[in-house]
Amino acid sequence: MDFFPDSFKSALLLLWSLDQDLLIIISLSLKVSFFSTLISGLAGIPLGLLISLNEFRGKRLVITVLNTLLSLPTVVIGLFVYSFISRRGLLGSLGLLYTPKAMILGQIILILPIITSLTITALSRIDGRYRKTALTLGANPYQTAFVIVREARFGIIASIIMAFGRVIAEVGISMMLGGNARGFTRTMTTAMALEFDKGEFTLSVALGIVLLLISFGVNIILNYFQGKAGD
Amino acid sequence: MNRRYALISILIVFLTLILSYAVAEEKIIKMSTTTSTENSGLLNALLPEFTKDTGIRVKVFAKGTGAAIRDGMDGNVDIILVHDKVREDKFMSEGFGAYRLAVMHNDFIILGPKSDPAGIKGLNVTEAFKKIADSKCLFVSRGDDSGTHAKEQELWGLAGISLDKKKTEVIKEGKTANLEYIYPAVLGERYISIGQGMGKTLTFSEEKQAYTLSDRGTYLEYQYGRDQGIDLDILCEGDDNLSNPYGVIPVNPKKYPDVKFEEADKLAKWLVSERGQKLIADYKIEGRQAFFPDAIR
Repeated sequence: MDFFPDSFKSALLLLWSLDQDLLIIISLSLKVSFFSTLISGLAGIPLGLLISLNEFRGKRLVITVLNTLLSLPTVVIGLFVYSFISRRGLLGSLGLLYTPKAMILGQIILILPIITSLTITALSRIDGRYRKTALTLGANPYQTAFVIVREARFGIIASIIMAFGRVIAEVGISMMLGGNARGFTRTMTTAMALEFDKGEFTLSVALGIVLLLISFGVNIILNYFQGKAGD
Repeated sequence: MNRRYALISILIVFLTLILSYAVAEEKIIKMSTTTSTENSGLLNALLPEFTKDTGIRVKVFAKGTGAAIRDGMDGNVDIILVHDKVREDKFMSEGFGAYRLAVMHNDFIILGPKSDPAGIKGLNVTEAFKKIADSKCLFVSRGDDSGTHAKEQELWGLAGISLDKKKTEVIKEGKTANLEYIYPAVLGERYISIGQGMGKTLTFSEEKQAYTLSDRGTYLEYQYGRDQGIDLDILCEGDDNLSNPYGVIPVNPKKYPDVKFEEADKLAKWLVSERGQKLIADYKIEGRQAFFPDAIR
Protein backbone atom coordinates (compact mmCIF):
# COMPACT_ATOMS: atom_id res chain seq x y z
CA MET A 1 0.00 0.00 0.00
CA ASP A 2 2.35 2.74 -1.19
CA PHE A 3 -0.72 4.33 -2.67
CA PHE A 4 -1.23 7.25 -0.31
CA PRO A 5 2.41 8.24 0.19
CA ASP A 6 2.79 8.01 -3.60
CA SER A 7 -0.19 10.26 -4.14
CA PHE A 8 1.04 12.76 -1.61
CA LYS A 9 4.49 12.92 -3.19
CA SER A 10 2.90 13.22 -6.63
CA ALA A 11 0.79 16.12 -5.42
CA LEU A 12 3.87 17.95 -4.19
CA LEU A 13 5.71 17.12 -7.39
CA LEU A 14 2.84 18.49 -9.49
CA LEU A 15 2.80 21.72 -7.51
CA TRP A 16 6.58 22.01 -7.43
CA SER A 17 6.97 21.56 -11.18
CA LEU A 18 4.14 24.07 -11.83
CA ASP A 19 2.64 21.60 -14.27
CA GLN A 20 1.09 23.67 -17.06
CA ASP A 21 -2.08 21.58 -17.31
CA LEU A 22 -2.53 21.68 -13.58
CA LEU A 23 -2.26 25.47 -13.49
CA ILE A 24 -4.92 25.80 -16.19
CA ILE A 25 -7.17 23.40 -14.31
CA ILE A 26 -6.68 25.18 -10.98
CA SER A 27 -7.25 28.64 -12.43
CA LEU A 28 -10.43 27.51 -14.16
CA SER A 29 -11.72 25.86 -10.97
CA LEU A 30 -11.03 29.00 -8.99
CA LYS A 31 -12.46 31.32 -11.63
CA VAL A 32 -15.72 29.41 -11.98
CA SER A 33 -16.16 28.94 -8.23
CA PHE A 34 -15.30 32.56 -7.54
CA PHE A 35 -17.84 33.97 -9.97
CA SER A 36 -20.64 31.62 -9.01
CA THR A 37 -20.06 32.39 -5.32
CA LEU A 38 -19.80 36.13 -5.99
CA ILE A 39 -23.00 36.32 -8.03
CA SER A 40 -24.89 34.07 -5.62
CA GLY A 41 -23.67 36.20 -2.72
CA LEU A 42 -24.72 39.42 -4.39
CA ALA A 43 -28.16 37.97 -5.03
CA GLY A 44 -28.56 35.68 -2.02
CA ILE A 45 -27.68 38.05 0.83
CA PRO A 46 -30.20 40.77 -0.18
CA LEU A 47 -32.75 38.05 -0.86
CA GLY A 48 -32.22 36.59 2.62
CA LEU A 49 -32.49 40.07 4.08
CA LEU A 50 -35.72 40.69 2.22
CA ILE A 51 -37.31 37.47 3.41
CA SER A 52 -35.99 37.81 6.92
CA LEU A 53 -37.00 41.42 7.61
CA ASN A 54 -40.44 41.35 6.04
CA GLU A 55 -43.51 39.67 7.42
CA PHE A 56 -45.71 38.22 4.73
CA ARG A 57 -48.11 35.34 4.23
CA GLY A 58 -46.38 32.10 3.37
CA LYS A 59 -43.04 33.19 4.80
CA ARG A 60 -42.55 29.87 6.56
CA LEU A 61 -43.39 28.06 3.36
CA VAL A 62 -40.81 30.08 1.43
CA ILE A 63 -38.17 29.20 4.03
CA THR A 64 -39.15 25.53 3.94
CA VAL A 65 -38.89 25.50 0.14
CA LEU A 66 -35.48 27.18 0.36
CA ASN A 67 -34.29 24.58 2.83
CA THR A 68 -35.59 21.82 0.57
CA LEU A 69 -33.59 23.26 -2.31
CA LEU A 70 -30.47 22.67 -0.22
CA SER A 71 -30.76 18.99 -1.10
CA LEU A 72 -31.20 19.59 -4.82
CA PRO A 73 -28.95 17.01 -6.54
CA THR A 74 -26.33 18.43 -8.88
CA VAL A 75 -27.45 15.98 -11.57
CA VAL A 76 -30.96 17.44 -11.52
CA ILE A 77 -29.60 20.98 -11.82
CA GLY A 78 -27.31 19.81 -14.61
CA LEU A 79 -30.17 18.22 -16.54
CA PHE A 80 -32.44 21.19 -16.02
CA VAL A 81 -29.93 23.74 -17.28
CA TYR A 82 -28.78 21.37 -20.04
CA SER A 83 -32.31 21.15 -21.44
CA PHE A 84 -32.45 24.93 -21.72
CA ILE A 85 -29.06 25.65 -23.21
CA SER A 86 -28.41 22.67 -25.49
CA ARG A 87 -28.69 23.27 -29.22
CA ARG A 88 -32.24 21.96 -29.15
CA GLY A 89 -33.20 23.99 -26.10
CA LEU A 90 -34.81 27.41 -25.76
CA LEU A 91 -31.52 29.23 -25.37
CA GLY A 92 -29.62 26.97 -27.74
CA SER A 93 -28.63 29.76 -30.09
CA LEU A 94 -26.43 31.31 -27.39
CA GLY A 95 -24.04 28.35 -27.60
CA LEU A 96 -23.65 28.25 -23.83
CA LEU A 97 -23.41 24.50 -23.30
CA TYR A 98 -19.92 23.18 -22.52
CA THR A 99 -18.55 26.59 -21.57
CA PRO A 100 -17.42 27.92 -18.17
CA LYS A 101 -20.47 30.24 -18.24
CA ALA A 102 -22.79 27.25 -18.25
CA MET A 103 -20.98 25.83 -15.23
CA ILE A 104 -21.31 29.13 -13.37
CA LEU A 105 -25.01 29.24 -14.19
CA GLY A 106 -25.60 25.75 -12.81
CA GLN A 107 -23.51 26.39 -9.72
CA ILE A 108 -25.46 29.56 -8.93
CA ILE A 109 -28.65 27.50 -8.84
CA LEU A 110 -26.86 25.10 -6.50
CA ILE A 111 -25.63 27.63 -3.94
CA LEU A 112 -28.12 30.49 -4.12
CA PRO A 113 -30.44 28.58 -1.73
CA ILE A 114 -27.49 27.87 0.59
CA ILE A 115 -26.51 31.52 0.91
CA THR A 116 -30.11 32.75 1.15
CA SER A 117 -31.12 30.18 3.72
CA LEU A 118 -28.03 30.61 5.89
CA THR A 119 -28.36 34.40 5.67
CA ILE A 120 -31.90 34.12 6.99
CA THR A 121 -30.65 31.92 9.82
CA ALA A 122 -27.82 34.33 10.64
CA LEU A 123 -30.20 37.29 10.65
CA SER A 124 -32.75 35.53 12.80
CA ARG A 125 -30.14 35.18 15.53
CA ILE A 126 -29.67 38.94 15.73
CA ASP A 127 -31.37 40.56 18.66
CA GLY A 128 -34.51 42.39 17.50
CA ARG A 129 -33.52 45.38 19.59
CA TYR A 130 -30.81 46.32 17.09
CA ARG A 131 -33.44 46.95 14.53
CA LYS A 132 -35.75 48.83 16.86
CA THR A 133 -32.88 50.96 18.17
CA ALA A 134 -31.76 51.82 14.66
CA LEU A 135 -35.31 52.75 13.71
CA THR A 136 -35.86 54.90 16.83
CA LEU A 137 -32.57 56.66 16.16
CA GLY A 138 -34.06 57.73 12.85
CA ALA A 139 -32.34 55.31 10.46
CA ASN A 140 -34.06 54.76 7.13
CA PRO A 141 -34.79 51.16 6.04
CA TYR A 142 -31.50 50.89 4.13
CA GLN A 143 -29.47 52.10 7.07
CA THR A 144 -31.36 49.71 9.33
CA ALA A 145 -30.63 46.80 7.01
CA PHE A 146 -26.98 47.78 6.98
CA VAL A 147 -26.83 47.76 10.80
CA ILE A 148 -28.41 44.31 10.95
CA VAL A 149 -26.20 42.84 8.25
CA ARG A 150 -23.15 44.20 10.03
CA GLU A 151 -24.24 42.44 13.19
CA ALA A 152 -24.78 39.18 11.31
CA ARG A 153 -21.47 39.34 9.40
CA PHE A 154 -20.06 36.24 11.02
CA GLY A 155 -22.94 34.01 9.96
CA ILE A 156 -23.20 35.54 6.51
CA ILE A 157 -19.50 35.01 5.75
CA ALA A 158 -19.92 31.46 7.01
CA SER A 159 -22.60 30.97 4.35
CA ILE A 160 -20.17 32.25 1.69
CA ILE A 161 -17.48 29.85 2.92
CA MET A 162 -19.91 26.98 2.78
CA ALA A 163 -21.14 27.92 -0.69
CA PHE A 164 -17.59 28.22 -2.00
CA GLY A 165 -16.68 24.84 -0.55
CA ARG A 166 -19.72 23.32 -2.17
CA VAL A 167 -18.96 24.58 -5.68
CA ILE A 168 -15.23 23.94 -5.69
CA ALA A 169 -15.82 20.32 -4.64
CA GLU A 170 -18.80 19.77 -6.91
CA VAL A 171 -18.47 17.42 -9.89
CA GLY A 172 -21.94 16.75 -11.33
CA ILE A 173 -22.70 20.19 -12.74
CA SER A 174 -19.14 20.76 -13.96
CA MET A 175 -19.21 17.45 -15.81
CA MET A 176 -22.67 17.81 -17.36
CA LEU A 177 -22.56 21.49 -18.30
CA GLY A 178 -18.81 21.94 -18.71
CA GLY A 179 -18.11 18.64 -20.44
CA ASN A 180 -14.59 18.22 -19.04
CA ALA A 181 -12.89 19.52 -22.20
CA ARG A 182 -9.16 19.69 -21.66
CA GLY A 183 -7.93 23.26 -21.39
CA PHE A 184 -11.43 24.76 -21.62
CA THR A 185 -13.76 23.36 -19.01
CA ARG A 186 -11.70 20.78 -17.11
CA THR A 187 -11.82 21.53 -13.39
CA MET A 188 -10.00 19.82 -10.56
CA THR A 189 -12.97 17.60 -9.75
CA THR A 190 -13.69 16.53 -13.32
CA ALA A 191 -9.98 15.88 -13.83
CA MET A 192 -10.05 13.65 -10.76
CA ALA A 193 -13.07 11.77 -12.06
CA LEU A 194 -11.29 11.29 -15.40
CA GLU A 195 -8.04 10.03 -13.88
CA PHE A 196 -10.06 7.63 -11.76
CA ASP A 197 -11.88 6.40 -14.86
CA LYS A 198 -8.56 5.89 -16.60
CA GLY A 199 -7.31 3.89 -13.64
CA GLU A 200 -4.64 6.48 -12.73
CA PHE A 201 -5.51 6.51 -9.05
CA THR A 202 -2.29 8.16 -7.92
CA LEU A 203 -2.85 11.23 -10.06
CA SER A 204 -6.51 11.34 -9.05
CA VAL A 205 -5.72 11.43 -5.34
CA ALA A 206 -2.83 13.84 -5.96
CA LEU A 207 -5.31 16.23 -7.57
CA GLY A 208 -7.59 15.78 -4.57
CA ILE A 209 -4.75 16.77 -2.25
CA VAL A 210 -4.00 19.82 -4.38
CA LEU A 211 -7.68 20.79 -4.21
CA LEU A 212 -7.66 20.55 -0.43
CA LEU A 213 -4.48 22.63 -0.19
CA ILE A 214 -5.99 25.34 -2.37
CA SER A 215 -9.25 25.23 -0.48
CA PHE A 216 -7.22 25.62 2.70
CA GLY A 217 -5.60 28.76 1.29
CA VAL A 218 -8.95 30.25 0.28
CA ASN A 219 -10.41 29.50 3.68
CA ILE A 220 -7.51 31.16 5.47
CA ILE A 221 -8.34 34.34 3.56
CA LEU A 222 -12.07 34.06 4.27
CA ASN A 223 -11.37 33.22 7.88
CA TYR A 224 -9.36 36.38 8.22
CA PHE A 225 -12.41 38.40 7.20
CA GLN A 226 -14.66 36.31 9.40
CA GLY A 227 -12.37 36.83 12.34
CA LYS A 228 -12.45 40.55 11.76
CA ALA A 229 -16.22 40.41 11.52
CA GLY A 230 -16.46 38.48 14.76
CA ASP A 231 -14.53 41.07 16.75
CA MET B 1 -39.01 -7.96 26.75
CA ASN B 2 -39.44 -5.42 23.97
CA ARG B 3 -35.77 -4.96 23.73
CA ARG B 4 -35.17 -8.66 23.32
CA TYR B 5 -37.69 -8.82 20.47
CA ALA B 6 -36.01 -5.88 18.81
CA LEU B 7 -32.63 -7.52 19.11
CA ILE B 8 -33.89 -10.81 17.74
CA SER B 9 -35.59 -9.16 14.78
CA ILE B 10 -32.48 -7.15 13.96
CA LEU B 11 -30.45 -10.35 14.13
CA ILE B 12 -32.88 -12.09 11.80
CA VAL B 13 -32.70 -9.27 9.29
CA PHE B 14 -28.93 -9.40 9.36
CA LEU B 15 -28.78 -13.16 8.98
CA THR B 16 -31.18 -13.07 6.05
CA LEU B 17 -29.12 -10.36 4.39
CA ILE B 18 -25.89 -12.28 4.86
CA LEU B 19 -27.46 -15.53 3.71
CA SER B 20 -29.08 -14.06 0.64
CA TYR B 21 -25.84 -12.33 -0.16
CA ALA B 22 -23.92 -15.59 0.18
CA VAL B 23 -26.41 -17.46 -1.96
CA ALA B 24 -26.48 -14.75 -4.61
CA GLU B 25 -22.71 -14.34 -4.54
CA GLU B 26 -22.13 -17.89 -5.69
CA LYS B 27 -23.13 -17.37 -9.28
CA ILE B 28 -22.24 -13.78 -10.04
CA ILE B 29 -19.15 -12.77 -11.93
CA LYS B 30 -17.85 -9.31 -12.60
CA MET B 31 -16.88 -8.14 -16.04
CA SER B 32 -15.25 -4.87 -17.01
CA THR B 33 -15.84 -3.86 -20.56
CA THR B 34 -15.79 -0.87 -22.84
CA THR B 35 -18.55 1.70 -22.98
CA SER B 36 -19.16 0.73 -26.59
CA THR B 37 -20.45 -2.79 -25.84
CA GLU B 38 -22.72 -1.42 -23.13
CA ASN B 39 -23.89 1.78 -24.89
CA SER B 40 -24.66 -0.13 -28.08
CA GLY B 41 -27.06 -2.38 -26.17
CA LEU B 42 -25.29 -5.59 -27.21
CA LEU B 43 -24.68 -6.84 -23.68
CA ASN B 44 -28.33 -6.37 -22.80
CA ALA B 45 -29.15 -8.79 -25.58
CA LEU B 46 -26.39 -11.32 -24.82
CA LEU B 47 -26.07 -11.60 -21.08
CA PRO B 48 -29.67 -12.56 -20.19
CA GLU B 49 -29.31 -15.46 -22.64
CA PHE B 50 -26.05 -16.49 -20.99
CA THR B 51 -27.74 -16.42 -17.59
CA LYS B 52 -30.57 -18.54 -18.99
CA ASP B 53 -28.09 -21.11 -20.32
CA THR B 54 -25.77 -21.35 -17.34
CA GLY B 55 -27.44 -19.71 -14.34
CA ILE B 56 -24.46 -17.38 -13.99
CA ARG B 57 -25.21 -13.71 -13.68
CA VAL B 58 -22.78 -11.10 -14.94
CA LYS B 59 -22.25 -7.74 -13.32
CA VAL B 60 -21.03 -5.31 -15.96
CA PHE B 61 -18.78 -2.34 -15.38
CA ALA B 62 -18.58 -0.25 -18.53
CA LYS B 63 -15.61 2.08 -18.83
CA GLY B 64 -12.83 2.92 -21.23
CA THR B 65 -10.62 0.03 -22.35
CA GLY B 66 -7.73 1.48 -20.31
CA ALA B 67 -9.74 1.39 -17.11
CA ALA B 68 -11.23 -2.02 -17.92
CA ILE B 69 -7.76 -3.47 -18.38
CA ARG B 70 -6.67 -1.80 -15.17
CA ASP B 71 -9.56 -3.53 -13.37
CA GLY B 72 -8.25 -6.83 -14.69
CA MET B 73 -4.70 -6.04 -13.60
CA ASP B 74 -5.89 -5.21 -10.10
CA GLY B 75 -7.93 -8.41 -9.88
CA ASN B 76 -11.11 -6.40 -9.32
CA VAL B 77 -13.03 -8.30 -11.96
CA ASP B 78 -13.15 -11.88 -13.21
CA ILE B 79 -13.11 -11.22 -16.92
CA ILE B 80 -12.65 -8.37 -19.38
CA LEU B 81 -14.12 -7.73 -22.82
CA VAL B 82 -12.12 -5.00 -24.55
CA HIS B 83 -10.88 -3.72 -27.88
CA ASP B 84 -7.27 -2.63 -27.97
CA LYS B 85 -5.11 -5.42 -29.39
CA VAL B 86 -1.82 -3.80 -28.36
CA ARG B 87 -2.74 -3.40 -24.72
CA GLU B 88 -4.50 -6.77 -24.65
CA ASP B 89 -1.27 -8.42 -25.80
CA LYS B 90 0.63 -6.55 -23.12
CA PHE B 91 -1.93 -7.66 -20.54
CA MET B 92 -1.42 -11.27 -21.65
CA SER B 93 2.38 -11.14 -21.75
CA GLU B 94 2.46 -9.75 -18.22
CA GLY B 95 0.54 -12.80 -17.10
CA PHE B 96 -2.68 -11.13 -16.01
CA GLY B 97 -4.90 -13.02 -18.44
CA ALA B 98 -5.58 -16.75 -18.60
CA TYR B 99 -6.09 -16.69 -22.37
CA ARG B 100 -7.49 -14.39 -25.04
CA LEU B 101 -10.24 -15.25 -27.47
CA ALA B 102 -11.21 -13.17 -30.46
CA VAL B 103 -14.95 -12.62 -30.11
CA MET B 104 -16.14 -10.21 -32.73
CA HIS B 105 -15.41 -7.02 -34.53
CA ASN B 106 -17.23 -3.98 -35.68
CA ASP B 107 -15.77 -0.93 -37.26
CA PHE B 108 -15.03 2.68 -36.54
CA ILE B 109 -16.62 5.49 -38.48
CA ILE B 110 -15.85 9.17 -38.80
CA LEU B 111 -18.81 11.38 -37.99
CA GLY B 112 -19.29 15.03 -38.72
CA PRO B 113 -21.84 17.73 -39.39
CA LYS B 114 -24.20 17.20 -42.32
CA SER B 115 -22.75 20.18 -44.17
CA ASP B 116 -19.27 18.56 -43.95
CA PRO B 117 -17.28 21.84 -43.89
CA ALA B 118 -13.94 20.01 -44.09
CA GLY B 119 -15.07 18.10 -47.18
CA ILE B 120 -14.10 14.57 -46.10
CA LYS B 121 -17.13 12.65 -47.32
CA GLY B 122 -16.14 9.45 -49.06
CA LEU B 123 -12.40 9.93 -48.65
CA ASN B 124 -10.21 7.23 -47.17
CA VAL B 125 -9.44 7.67 -43.54
CA THR B 126 -5.89 9.04 -43.77
CA GLU B 127 -6.93 11.73 -46.25
CA ALA B 128 -9.96 12.53 -44.13
CA PHE B 129 -7.85 13.07 -41.02
CA LYS B 130 -5.44 15.25 -43.01
CA LYS B 131 -8.34 17.36 -44.29
CA ILE B 132 -9.75 17.80 -40.78
CA ALA B 133 -6.32 18.90 -39.55
CA ASP B 134 -6.04 21.43 -42.38
CA SER B 135 -9.56 22.78 -41.96
CA LYS B 136 -10.93 25.18 -39.38
CA CYS B 137 -13.27 22.54 -37.94
CA LEU B 138 -13.44 21.15 -34.42
CA PHE B 139 -12.52 17.59 -33.57
CA VAL B 140 -13.75 15.95 -30.36
CA SER B 141 -11.53 13.27 -28.86
CA ARG B 142 -12.50 10.66 -26.25
CA GLY B 143 -9.26 11.50 -24.44
CA ASP B 144 -9.86 8.76 -21.87
CA ASP B 145 -7.27 6.13 -22.82
CA SER B 146 -9.99 3.96 -24.29
CA GLY B 147 -9.61 1.67 -27.28
CA THR B 148 -11.30 4.27 -29.46
CA HIS B 149 -8.88 6.90 -28.18
CA ALA B 150 -5.91 4.63 -28.98
CA LYS B 151 -7.32 4.06 -32.46
CA GLU B 152 -7.71 7.80 -33.02
CA GLN B 153 -4.05 8.41 -32.10
CA GLU B 154 -3.03 5.66 -34.49
CA LEU B 155 -5.07 7.29 -37.26
CA TRP B 156 -3.50 10.73 -36.76
CA GLY B 157 -0.15 9.01 -37.07
CA LEU B 158 -1.18 7.23 -40.28
CA ALA B 159 -2.37 10.53 -41.70
CA GLY B 160 1.07 12.00 -41.12
CA ILE B 161 -0.12 14.49 -38.51
CA SER B 162 2.60 14.96 -35.94
CA LEU B 163 1.65 13.93 -32.43
CA ASP B 164 2.94 15.76 -29.39
CA LYS B 165 3.48 14.34 -25.96
CA LYS B 166 2.73 16.09 -22.73
CA LYS B 167 4.31 14.34 -19.77
CA THR B 168 3.11 14.50 -16.20
CA GLU B 169 5.38 13.18 -13.49
CA VAL B 170 3.85 11.15 -10.69
CA ILE B 171 5.21 8.78 -8.07
CA LYS B 172 4.34 5.13 -8.46
CA GLU B 173 5.55 2.51 -6.02
CA GLY B 174 8.07 5.00 -4.73
CA LYS B 175 9.54 5.71 -8.17
CA THR B 176 8.88 8.59 -10.52
CA ALA B 177 6.82 7.59 -13.50
CA ASN B 178 5.59 9.58 -16.46
CA LEU B 179 2.01 9.72 -17.58
CA GLU B 180 1.80 10.67 -21.20
CA TYR B 181 -0.90 12.61 -22.93
CA ILE B 182 -0.56 12.30 -26.69
CA TYR B 183 -2.35 14.77 -28.96
CA PRO B 184 -2.06 16.40 -32.38
CA ALA B 185 -0.77 19.84 -31.38
CA VAL B 186 -1.25 21.32 -34.86
CA LEU B 187 -5.00 21.38 -34.28
CA GLY B 188 -4.53 23.70 -31.32
CA GLU B 189 -7.79 24.75 -29.72
CA ARG B 190 -9.79 22.92 -32.37
CA TYR B 191 -8.88 19.62 -30.70
CA ILE B 192 -11.27 19.07 -27.80
CA SER B 193 -10.31 16.24 -25.48
CA ILE B 194 -13.19 15.50 -23.11
CA GLY B 195 -12.14 12.33 -21.31
CA GLN B 196 -15.56 10.68 -21.36
CA GLY B 197 -17.35 7.67 -22.77
CA MET B 198 -18.49 7.15 -26.37
CA GLY B 199 -22.09 8.21 -25.80
CA LYS B 200 -21.09 11.46 -24.13
CA THR B 201 -18.57 12.11 -26.88
CA LEU B 202 -21.32 11.79 -29.48
CA THR B 203 -23.63 14.24 -27.75
CA PHE B 204 -20.72 16.63 -27.18
CA SER B 205 -19.73 16.47 -30.87
CA GLU B 206 -23.32 17.01 -31.92
CA GLU B 207 -23.60 20.04 -29.68
CA LYS B 208 -20.41 21.55 -31.10
CA GLN B 209 -21.10 20.25 -34.62
CA ALA B 210 -17.60 18.78 -34.60
CA TYR B 211 -15.95 15.79 -36.24
CA THR B 212 -15.29 12.70 -34.17
CA LEU B 213 -14.32 9.03 -34.35
CA SER B 214 -16.93 6.57 -33.11
CA ASP B 215 -17.53 2.85 -33.08
CA ARG B 216 -20.46 1.90 -35.26
CA GLY B 217 -22.46 0.14 -32.53
CA THR B 218 -22.73 3.15 -30.27
CA TYR B 219 -23.51 5.43 -33.18
CA LEU B 220 -26.35 3.18 -34.38
CA GLU B 221 -27.80 2.99 -30.89
CA TYR B 222 -27.67 6.77 -30.46
CA GLN B 223 -28.92 7.48 -33.95
CA TYR B 224 -31.74 4.96 -34.22
CA GLY B 225 -32.26 3.47 -30.76
CA ARG B 226 -33.54 6.68 -29.19
CA ASP B 227 -36.54 8.95 -29.69
CA GLN B 228 -34.37 11.62 -31.20
CA GLY B 229 -31.33 10.71 -33.26
CA ILE B 230 -28.13 12.68 -33.20
CA ASP B 231 -27.49 15.37 -35.73
CA LEU B 232 -24.27 13.94 -37.19
CA ASP B 233 -23.66 11.95 -40.36
CA ILE B 234 -21.33 9.09 -41.19
CA LEU B 235 -18.76 10.69 -43.49
CA CYS B 236 -16.08 7.99 -43.66
CA GLU B 237 -16.45 4.23 -43.34
CA GLY B 238 -15.32 0.88 -44.65
CA ASP B 239 -11.58 1.59 -44.65
CA ASP B 240 -9.33 -1.33 -43.56
CA ASN B 241 -7.72 0.95 -41.01
CA LEU B 242 -11.08 1.34 -39.27
CA SER B 243 -11.52 -2.27 -38.16
CA ASN B 244 -12.22 -2.73 -34.47
CA PRO B 245 -11.67 -6.24 -33.02
CA TYR B 246 -12.93 -7.21 -29.56
CA GLY B 247 -11.25 -9.80 -27.36
CA VAL B 248 -12.38 -11.54 -24.19
CA ILE B 249 -9.85 -12.38 -21.47
CA PRO B 250 -10.59 -14.20 -18.21
CA VAL B 251 -8.31 -12.95 -15.45
CA ASN B 252 -5.55 -15.42 -14.62
CA PRO B 253 -6.38 -17.40 -11.44
CA LYS B 254 -2.66 -17.97 -10.91
CA LYS B 255 -2.29 -14.20 -10.43
CA TYR B 256 -5.45 -13.72 -8.40
CA PRO B 257 -6.66 -16.94 -6.76
CA ASP B 258 -9.89 -15.22 -5.69
CA VAL B 259 -11.23 -14.66 -9.19
CA LYS B 260 -14.07 -16.88 -10.31
CA PHE B 261 -12.19 -18.47 -13.12
CA GLU B 262 -14.55 -21.38 -13.65
CA GLU B 263 -17.54 -19.13 -14.33
CA ALA B 264 -15.48 -16.57 -16.26
CA ASP B 265 -14.13 -19.41 -18.40
CA LYS B 266 -17.72 -20.48 -19.14
CA LEU B 267 -18.62 -16.97 -20.25
CA ALA B 268 -15.59 -16.68 -22.54
CA LYS B 269 -16.26 -20.08 -24.12
CA TRP B 270 -19.96 -19.28 -24.41
CA LEU B 271 -19.24 -16.04 -26.26
CA VAL B 272 -17.27 -17.89 -28.93
CA SER B 273 -19.64 -20.86 -29.02
CA GLU B 274 -22.03 -21.30 -31.90
CA ARG B 275 -24.89 -19.97 -29.80
CA GLY B 276 -23.03 -16.91 -28.56
CA GLN B 277 -21.69 -16.09 -32.01
CA LYS B 278 -25.12 -16.44 -33.56
CA LEU B 279 -26.64 -14.09 -30.99
CA ILE B 280 -23.92 -11.55 -31.74
CA ALA B 281 -24.54 -11.82 -35.49
CA ASP B 282 -28.29 -11.54 -34.94
CA TYR B 283 -28.07 -8.47 -32.75
CA LYS B 284 -29.46 -5.65 -34.79
CA ILE B 285 -30.01 -2.00 -34.05
CA GLU B 286 -32.94 -0.81 -36.12
CA GLY B 287 -32.35 -3.56 -38.63
CA ARG B 288 -28.63 -2.97 -38.96
CA GLN B 289 -26.04 -5.49 -37.87
CA ALA B 290 -23.74 -3.87 -35.32
CA PHE B 291 -21.15 -6.57 -34.56
CA PHE B 292 -19.61 -9.32 -36.67
CA PRO B 293 -18.63 -12.62 -35.02
CA ASP B 294 -14.97 -13.58 -35.37
CA ALA B 295 -14.84 -17.09 -33.91
CA ILE B 296 -17.36 -18.75 -36.22
CA ARG B 297 -18.20 -17.06 -39.47
